[in-house]
Amino acid sequence: MADQTPSPETLTQVEYRPRAKNWLDPHVEFRRGTFCYSALPKSLKALDLPNPREWQPFHRDWKLPPDWKAIILEGMKDRLDRFRSFRLFMDICVRCGACADKCHFYLGSGDPKNMPVVRAELIRSVYRRYFTTAGRLFGEAVGARELTEDVLKEWFYYFYQCTECRRCSVFCPYGIDTAEVTMIGRELLNLVGCNINWVLEPVANCFRTGNHLGVQPHGFKDSIDFAVDELEEITGVRIEAPINKKGAEILFVVPSADYFASPHYYTLLGYLLLFHEIGLDYTFSAFASEGGNFGLFTSHEMIKRLNAKIYAEAKRLGVKWILGGECGHMWRVLHQYMDTMNGPADFLEVPVSPVTGTRFDNTASTRMVHICEFTADLVRHNRLRLDPTRNDKWRVTFHDSCNPARAMGLLEEPRYLIRATCRHFHEMPENTIREQTFCCGSGSGLGTDENLEMRLRGGFPRANAVRYVHERHGVNLLACICAIDKATLPPLLEYWVPGVEVAGIHELVGNALIVKGGRERTTDLRGDPFEREAPAAEEEPVHA
Amino acid sequence: MPTIELNGHNYTVDEDGFLENPEIWNERVALDFASTEGVAELTEAHWKVINYLRNYYLQYGIAPMIRKLCKETGFKLNEIYALFPSGPAKGACKLAGLPKPTGCV
Repeated sequence: MADQTPSPETLTQVEYRPRAKNWLDPHVEFRRGTFCYSALPKSLKALDLPNPREWQPFHRDWKLPPDWKAIILEGMKDRLDRFRSFRLFMDICVRCGACADKCHFYLGSGDPKNMPVVRAELIRSVYRRYFTTAGRLFGEAVGARELTEDVLKEWFYYFYQCTECRRCSVFCPYGIDTAEVTMIGRELLNLVGCNINWVLEPVANCFRTGNHLGVQPHGFKDSIDFAVDELEEITGVRIEAPINKKGAEILFVVPSADYFASPHYYTLLGYLLLFHEIGLDYTFSAFASEGGNFGLFTSHEMIKRLNAKIYAEAKRLGVKWILGGECGHMWRVLHQYMDTMNGPADFLEVPVSPVTGTRFDNTASTRMVHICEFTADLVRHNRLRLDPTRNDKWRVTFHDSCNPARAMGLLEEPRYLIRATCRHFHEMPENTIREQTFCCGSGSGLGTDENLEMRLRGGFPRANAVRYVHERHGVNLLACICAIDKATLPPLLEYWVPGVEVAGIHELVGNALIVKGGRERTTDLRGDPFEREAPAAEEEPVHA
Repeated sequence: MPTIELNGHNYTVDEDGFLENPEIWNERVALDFASTEGVAELTEAHWKVINYLRNYYLQYGIAPMIRKLCKETGFKLNEIYALFPSGPAKGACKLAGLPKPTGCV
């Protein structure tokens, strides 16, 4: 963690009384720790995006194209015509303020422009000025603003200070989805070459090799092979993990961090062990080697470009349906965009579990099932032998990752799996979980080091709820189903509530899973010894 | 791109201080960059990590899995942090002249 990071005592001194400044004044200060670096020209060139150049947000001159204002206004007009939701969200807000204190960035910073209503007003004020009669005639009197370079810089600052988590939209009486306003805001900024590197470099890598990290097929195989070897050491069982296997029944797509970073990697081990145990006929793809899609944080066109590989690989490999791993924003794309952008997936079948026969009719259009739905169904049908005492060392809480919770309603399955695999599960307060879950503060491409202060501020409401169960119940593990969570919650918790680790649900499944053959296991998937407690009479290990 | 002068040598780096051109790496780069990542002296243990990263990068074009780095070098993750206070992805990769890994990491 950077040395200049303020102390928790400093960061909790949040001033909620707005400063005596007209909100129409767009000037922002790009203070270190509160913004992300610009995208490198090579990434823009790789993607044929406009205006590749060297610049940084803290520079006075952003080297915008001479006609930048016309480009933005034309881009707005185009999107107002194409996206009815955008026009609606520009028109209907009554500024009731229900969303104001629901944003984690507002709670952590006290900056009124981080109230979702004001964040949307930043673009709405420009909409009024150029696209409504009242705004054209009466200007500032009706909250309309000229589009100036300072306004553009303000957009950049605040649209990259929104994680598109959609908590605010849960509370909006009109159902305004402020994340979609942010998405349009970022699209417009992209038209004049204002984008951040933590988003565009993964996008460029995805376009080149299929995944954020730029892992090539031989590197992908090397990582999967390593995991297979390590699983054998832990369990005594030699498994197979097929890559690009034509004719497999199922294509399995994971976020690339699962085969790169920790603690994601232990979730990968969990998947592999589970698939071996149930004899699943599946394959990875070395090209559809990324479920994540940072196109979601760039533009609708980019979502489509990056997502196309999933159906293309499913078709090439001749699978029947697709299974997806523990990833957050990936599921917003898969659930809400994939079938209309790159479908119809009529070459696939409606997914049916080969083990239980369950037909996943909820995926009839996308033909892609979430791993937690799939595994919960196995447990529900008593197809797994699980020993929850192996997870006795963990006092577990569950952090609903924003997109699986709010974009696809996946609320019960992860909890069902935790209860089946662990004996100590404690929920955080109800206004911080399920559809009201608080974001990690680093989603939508903001999880980069230079933005650490803002991440710690935005992550504070989540960490504070973790602290509550840590102090009350001794919770020492936060389980989640998102790769960004697994990357960014460990430093967040280390800062706000030390002593709480982070794990995926399928790591817990892999720990508890009793596998046929193999030897008596003594360690969990991290290689640490099991620490079993004496089982209480009513809590006998479940040998279902 | 900013430039940085270390021990009398000039390097072009990105905003995070990573080498712009990983190809120009040699052992002098590791020696020169050590102080920027809070490493006082490069010991045999540091070189073991750096050389492993470098060789893996030349073969695969990317850093290895963190778990693999730990296992192949024989260091636990907390020992890697003790060697490189800013961690394997930042400090160790920077000294080995690798690009910074991006994405959900």
